[in-house]
Amino acid sequence: MNLSPAFPTPILDAVNGPYWQALAAGELTFQRCEQCHHAWLPPRTECPRCLSDRPVWEQASGAARLVSWVVYHKAFNPAFADRLPYNVAVVELAEGPRLISNLVGCEDESTLRIDLALSFETRNEHGTTIPVFRPRSV
Amino acid sequence: MQGKVVIAGIGQTEFGRHEGRSTYSLNAEAARKALADAGIEKDCVDGLFVKFPTSNFEFMYGQKLAEALGIVPRIGGVWDQGGAANASLVGYAAMAIEAGQCDIALVTFADNPKSGTRQAYQRPWGNDEVHGWFGVPAGYAMIAQRHMQQYGTRPEDLAAVAMACRRHGASNPRAQLRKQLSLDDYMASPPIVSPLRRDDCCLVSDGGAALILMSAERARSLKVDKPVPILGFGQGQTSWEVSQRPDLTTTAAKVSAATAFAAAGLTPADIDVAQIYDCFTITPLLTLEDYGFCKPGQSGAFASEGNLELGGALPMNTSGGLLSETGMPGMQLIIEGVRQMRGESVNQVPDAQHCIISNQGGIMHTHSTLLLGN
Ligand SMILES: [Zn+2]
Repeated sequence: MNLSPAFPTPILDAVNGPYWQALAAGELTFQRCEQCHHAWLPPRTECPRCLSDRPVWEQASGAARLVSWVVYHKAFNPAFADRLPYNVAVVELAEGPRLISNLVGCEDESTLRIDLALSFETRNEHGTTIPVFRPRSV
Repeated sequence: MQGKVVIAGIGQTEFGRHEGRSTYSLNAEAARKALADAGIEKDCVDGLFVKFPTSNFEFMYGQKLAEALGIVPRIGGVWDQGGAANASLVGYAAMAIEAGQCDIALVTFADNPKSGTRQAYQRPWGNDEVHGWFGVPAGYAMIAQRHMQQYGTRPEDLAAVAMACRRHGASNPRAQLRKQLSLDDYMASPPIVSPLRRDDCCLVSDGGAALILMSAERARSLKVDKPVPILGFGQGQTSWEVSQRPDLTTTAAKVSAATAFAAAGLTPADIDVAQIYDCFTITPLLTLEDYGFCKPGQSGAFASEGNLELGGALPMNTSGGLLSETGMPGMQLIIEGVRQMRGESVNQVPDAQHCIISNQGGIMHTHSTLLLGN
């Protein structure tokens, strides 16, 4: 009998489906406006700059920088209690869009700093492929 | 604006735990006390401006409350801006009075997250929950980390905010938490979402608080005892989620304060006492910078030099704020601003002429500023 709390995996729909399907294939994508070329995440149906309703999907290079991060010492969702402490970060892709993610390969938090160069990789999280970022080696 | 509308009455419940009491009951007690404080009858209230209970959304809450209070307002309803709403409602009530839409307004708020539900504060944020992104403290921690990295702001600087509020709250008999905080206590406080510790986070409280607003002229004709003029107000909105916000270390407080200062014809140098929304210790630091009390990046030093304490350059949260008086979002700061302008605070700033008040909501999404005089 499995008593572990339900893990909050993403709920896919017509708008965000392509993003998660691309991740399952190992690719990080974002949306770009056909009309004004603005780039963004998370997925939307209209461009938040010019309101065009024709966004197209584009593959990210995977290069990113660290905007900020936090370390959870308390589980606000019981599904995360067994991994405390864990980090959550805001990262900015080289192409501009920002997203919430996790950092890997940086067990020593004192090595982190804002604007640190990062590289995209994937991690399997309860059957869903999610984007995570690793400090880029110099 | 400049004093055409006044705050004529203030009222509040005890802050803390009100087991089994509804928000209607808490609002009714606060309203009863605010009416008595203004020395007016309920029947002359024709405007009802309500912030709905943050922890539990109900449709048509403003109308249900009007029924419970036996008030039939000409203009009324709820306004959703999270924690900025109470100060914003004072602005809307003042505009309604000036525009002849109502004569006497009741602005009121109550909530019971301590004895009731507080689920609204812990909800996950869309599909980002797969990354473990939950909870309001984490949003503020993300901003605090960026400020610390960008400007060298230290845990000791965050501590200075909490220590000032806790010192002021300790001498306020109405405060929910009346225990001073030392730097050692703060540093030993357990991390919640680092860089924020437990003592960086506001209290969770049940309670209600209310204000009566009317024109200065009406206050004279009704012989209101100590009307406090509203000199200016302003608002600002940050549209972006924390993850999307182009700059994490400036906020909508900037435009909000600029609007309020311009309306009042005042500058930061004119302010004697401040009531600054302190849901987390990082919030007043950013607000003080955006308000122009210190330069970007200098708020940490400003706080740790003791400027926010009684006797300092800008005594802040003189009744304890959200960190010590009550975790209720914002109305207690307006009430303490009124007490300071009346000369009735337990931590009275001598000869205080002008008070600035901030309310803000979401993760620094919404901001509202009030300037009061005496
Ligand atoms: Zn566009």
